Amino acid sequence: MTINFNNVYIKEVSTVACKDEKEGNFGKLYDKTYDDYYAGCKTFEQAEIKMINDAVDTVIKKAGTKLDNIDVIIGADLLNQITPSAYASAQLNRPFLGVYNACASMCEEIIVGASLLQNKSISNVLCNVSSHNMTAERQYRNPVEYGCPKPKRSTFTVTGSAANILTKEKTNIKVSSVSIGTTTDMGVTDIYDMGSVMAPSAARTIYEHLKETDTSVDDYDLILTGDLGVYGKEILSVYMGEAYDIDLKDKLEDSACIIYDRKKQPHVKAGGSGPACLPLVAYTDVINRMKKGELKKVLLVATGALMSPTMNNQKLSLPSISHAVCLEVVR
Amino acid sequence: MNKERYKEITSKIVPKEDKVKNGIIAFLVGGLIGFLGEIIVVVLENNFNVEHKDATSIMIVILIFIASLCTALGFFDNLVVKAKAGLIVPITGFAHAMTSSMLDYKKEGFVTGIGANAFKLTGSVILYGVVAAYVFGTIRYLFFGG
Repeated sequence: MTINFNNVYIKEVSTVACKDEKEGNFGKLYDKTYDDYYAGCKTFEQAEIKMINDAVDTVIKKAGTKLDNIDVIIGADLLNQITPSAYASAQLNRPFLGVYNACASMCEEIIVGASLLQNKSISNVLCNVSSHNMTAERQYRNPVEYGCPKPKRSTFTVTGSAANILTKEKTNIKVSSVSIGTTTDMGVTDIYDMGSVMAPSAARTIYEHLKETDTSVDDYDLILTGDLGVYGKEILSVYMGEAYDIDLKDKLEDSACIIYDRKKQPHVKAGGSGPACLPLVAYTDVINRMKKGELKKVLLVATGALMSPTMNNQKLSLPSISHAVCLEVVR
Repeated sequence: MNKERYKEITSKIVPKEDKVKNGIIAFLVGGLIGFLGEIIVVVLENNFNVEHKDATSIMIVILIFIASLCTALGFFDNLVVKAKAGLIVPITGFAHAMTSSMLDYKKEGFVTGIGANAFKLTGSVILYGVVAAYVFGTIRYLFFGG
């Protein structure tokens, strides 16, 4: 399902991240970084709330506006009841929508926000997204001090938060079209192998987006997927060729593969993951390159595994979803 | 594409774990823990005049204490990542699993946090340990004269 927009622009973006991301490839580009997982708070969950608030404060400051001018805030994260975003929204004191599509949430927010902007009474929407390595480990896997050895195919949840302001005022970066993905299940049950879980849904969303917008891979300067990891990225290329006969060539890049310096940080294994993984690359390096004119048309494909430990214990396979957002430079 | 074909693609790309290497590390580290335990038993027997049966129990308590302390000080998880099953299979793994669960929930209160979650990982070990003790104890009593 693809929707075209003619009046949605990105006003400003912000990113905050933790120590592992700081040591990664884009460490210097983040607006704010923290030296430990607590970020000066008592618990990891409270640290995640603080990171969201910091990202929102930064984006408001960078855009030179006030929170009162934001009509709706859309928030997303990985935890049960979308806890960090919900609690952060209580401090932000603006109308709030919480959404959840696991790591595909960033694009889901832009889809919801852009659609809301079609309404006359809404002119600014703020989207924030966050993930925290420790809170995610606690909820989805083992206690954080347990340190269970991870297989090579596993990915490392990114700690950080990112925010953007969508507006109807014309800026240089336009949200030209979005695609709502379809949930896909290819029978993978391994909770450590998220790349295999998400690659088919990413392929389907990319295929449908290209088909419905009547474009080809060559029309894009970059197709940036969310958090497939090195093996998931390879699976996507092979699957795309075999199932849809599309060659992604060198246009495909995956945020999970480039957010960390995998040689210097071997503990991240196959790369990054989490809802903040894609924006921490897209809102820094990619947006910068778009502003410089190196990239003109970029397709962001956020990939999410809709995983539940309960259903996994009941031996059901993992469904996944991917949404796409096309950003274009306008002069 | 059907699920079988997809499985073929993924199994070709996703790397296998180094089972032999991990097994050797686990064997050596696990053996080292056993060696350490034996030293403690010998020292207790020779220097503190403890009987062999009591010495083994005290040795287990000492290993549990050391493992829990290392977990609480925050570096046992880093050792587990390197030593793998070598530290998880011996009694040190049991202590570590329990202590790490308790640490994880300490901010959520003594009863609702630590109390409710202390045996989150080790509950199954205790439950099936007790069940096995009953089953084999009964068999031994009935067929082998206790």
